[in-house]
Amino acid sequence: MCYTNVMDGTYAVELVDIGKSFPGVVANHDITIKIRAGTIHAIVGENGAGKSTLMKTLYGMHQADEGTISVFGQEVHFKSPTDAIAAGVGMVHQHFMLADNLTVVENIILGAEPARRGVLKLGEAKRHLTELERSIGAHVDLDALVATLGVGQRQRVEILKVLYRGAKILILDEPTAVLVPQEVDELFATLRQLVTDGSTIIFISHKLDEVLAISDEITVIRDGTTVATVVPGDVNRRKLAELMVGSQLPDPSGRASTVGVEEVLKVSGLDVSADGDGDGAKLVVDAVTFTVHDAEVLGIAGIEGNGQFELCEAILGLAPAVRGTVELNGHDLTHLGVQERRDLGISYIPFDRHREGLLLEAPLWENTMLGRDEAPGLWSGPFVSGTGARRDCERIVERFGVRTPGVEIPAFALSGGNQQKLVVGRELSSETHILIAAHPTRGVDVGAQAAIWDEIRAVRDKGVGVLLISADLEELIGLSDRVAVIFDGRITAILDPATATPELLGSYMTGEMQGAA
Amino acid sequence: MKNRQKWQGIAITLGGSVLALVIAFAICGVFLALIGHNPFTVYHQMLSYDISRDSFLDALRRAVPLMLAATAVAIGFKMSLFNIGVEGQSRLAVLLTAGIATQVHLPAVLHVMFCLVLAMLVGAVWAGVAGILKVKRGVNEVISTIMLNYIAIGLVSWMFDTFFVVGADTLNVKTKELPRTAWFPELVKGKLTGFVFIVAIVIFAFWVIVWKTKFGFHLRSSGANPGAARVAGVNPSRMIMTSMLLSGAIAGLVGMPGLLGDSHAYRRGLAEGYGFDGIAVALLGRNHPVGIVISGLLFGFLDHSSGILQVNSIPRSIIDIIKGVIVLTVVIVNEALKRWHNRRTQQASAAMISAIELEVATA
Repeated sequence: MCYTNVMDGTYAVELVDIGKSFPGVVANHDITIKIRAGTIHAIVGENGAGKSTLMKTLYGMHQADEGTISVFGQEVHFKSPTDAIAAGVGMVHQHFMLADNLTVVENIILGAEPARRGVLKLGEAKRHLTELERSIGAHVDLDALVATLGVGQRQRVEILKVLYRGAKILILDEPTAVLVPQEVDELFATLRQLVTDGSTIIFISHKLDEVLAISDEITVIRDGTTVATVVPGDVNRRKLAELMVGSQLPDPSGRASTVGVEEVLKVSGLDVSADGDGDGAKLVVDAVTFTVHDAEVLGIAGIEGNGQFELCEAILGLAPAVRGTVELNGHDLTHLGVQERRDLGISYIPFDRHREGLLLEAPLWENTMLGRDEAPGLWSGPFVSGTGARRDCERIVERFGVRTPGVEIPAFALSGGNQQKLVVGRELSSETHILIAAHPTRGVDVGAQAAIWDEIRAVRDKGVGVLLISADLEELIGLSDRVAVIFDGRITAILDPATATPELLGSYMTGEMQGAA
Repeated sequence: MKNRQKWQGIAITLGGSVLALVIAFAICGVFLALIGHNPFTVYHQMLSYDISRDSFLDALRRAVPLMLAATAVAIGFKMSLFNIGVEGQSRLAVLLTAGIATQVHLPAVLHVMFCLVLAMLVGAVWAGVAGILKVKRGVNEVISTIMLNYIAIGLVSWMFDTFFVVGADTLNVKTKELPRTAWFPELVKGKLTGFVFIVAIVIFAFWVIVWKTKFGFHLRSSGANPGAARVAGVNPSRMIMTSMLLSGAIAGLVGMPGLLGDSHAYRRGLAEGYGFDGIAVALLGRNHPVGIVISGLLFGFLDHSSGILQVNSIPRSIIDIIKGVIVLTVVIVNEALKRWHNRRTQQASAAMISAIELEVATA
């Protein structure tokens, strides 16, 4: 699927020898990318490779230290996004910047209101927008409140917003991160329509399958610089991934697992509703039943938002179960609080380490005390044992290879991978029977990823049951002894990773296929 | 590393506060000049008036209730709760204690204890209303405590007139005088009561509980990142209730130095306004015990200086203006310094990590 609509080989954007450093850190150096007009050009790279810095430079959010930027052959020096927009460069951010309590049309014109003598001319804006909608073949109700829109529609509003301001070059930052597959298809249709109409699209992503499907050209960024520009026909997913990380990929698989016979975690007929009670409200976890044995990794595959989060919350006691039971080693946990459940041996690597895993402003040694109210050595009676807690944190730092100058450093000063290693280390430092690991390697570098995989395998070998929730299908297949698929709150299949392929998992995850395999 | 990090933090906090004060006095100097007074003369008068043993005792006397109010506010702040209701909680506590303690006969020490416990209970109950509203109904505590302030002020006025007032036909309208058993002993006759020790105990307990106990760790985690605290098993509703009750209990003590140590009866105007000044003192002191003591003293000195300003026919409201400007400059300077310091910490650690790795790689 190569959409070559290369008009005449002219370049929409030329970035030549771009360098950008922040005090102490070189974020970008020697970056050269030439983007042909009327094409979709993907920029891929790991988290922290420098994609966002580069795009901020192009969009005028900061200025490059070195190098030149040209748009349609003209050298430009953007002082702010306003300059970029004036030159026809628009950006759709990963996190939508919309006001919930305004309508679609109000959001779109916000900051560029058509007005005569201070009086808004909404009618004119709407006419213009209706034309734009028709031209890109996507529809949004212009008078709807943004609060009532789904994620896919909000993104469409963001795209319309950029087009309304006359952008000819659109930067899309991780546009598919929040979308379900159907919405991705719709987005791609929109993007293709846009290039047919003469727009140029810069598509930032790390989802390689999507990049291969949609782009005309792909530039790979690693360690702050461009390493290759390729055409999708010439590479496959694995080759692209290797370009991205610069080495052989670490392999999640490789084991000699012996799943035990004891039922460590037993979830039976679990219902969780969206608002906490069961009276007719939609169930976000619907009659979920599964068992995790000792020394077993049970993977949960699913597109984000299909009940994984609520399932974990219910197992931990953070969300009430409407019906059903959760048992740990035969103890019924259903009526226990979070602290009691943790004390019985549940460890949890949360979905989002910043929102649920860390106290970013607090020193590392306080972070490793979180949720460990009964851990020996950290406390003396009701008091904090400062020396004990620091020693324990030093042990975790050493044991789990957290790269830090010391334990007094606040958590925000660590890189994502090291923050995650700290969280993993903390959770594995308590007496654990079951580890719930939600996206344990999301947004971490390859080295940290391999280390975290090793730790998960090591606790499994010690007899701990692991419930692994992940969006990375290779991770799921590689680590799990069984993979359950969750779709719309229900477990729709339990598969054997030896025979499951990402494609097969994908078709269960989208609900195309249902029923046990 | 540990010590360096710590001292740097302290130096930045201190330096920031001093910088903020200098800016605040400069701004107020411009204001003074605008209304026709030489700022240098005024500041010189304030300063020379402040340097004497009696001035220090008076400033300390004025600082005592402010430090209590600030501690009450700071407990809430540590858990990201903004208890604006210290004023109402303390006023209700002071009137009810003044009214009820006259009806009770107890030996000297016990009578004082009875008054303190009663005042803490009243304050805690009134703050607890805001706590329950937040936990059960999700009402923002800023709104509910402001509203409860109005209710408390109205209630106090009505209860005073209806139940507790004596000598309504004279100029000296107040409640019945407390028996001597309920008087707090004086430390320096006519100048300072022994209540400074109570304040010292409260502030020390505040430091121990918040920074050194498991409960305090839960409190600070909930304030720093409610999501992470919840996942770690800290019950948010229980933390909200406990911190509101504690904050209210200390707020209840705010009027006690004045009542038990000084006037020995409630009259209108006793212990008013400390609840609001306490918010400023807590902000200026960064919700830390040492900071609260220092900024409490500073506000005590400022209040004390208003005497000399009146003598020299300079409007005493200049003191309120200085206080307000100080709070604003402190908030702004602190925020700016914090951002700068955070960025520096991040870069410094990144640099140290790469240095360590280089060593490892070349070894």
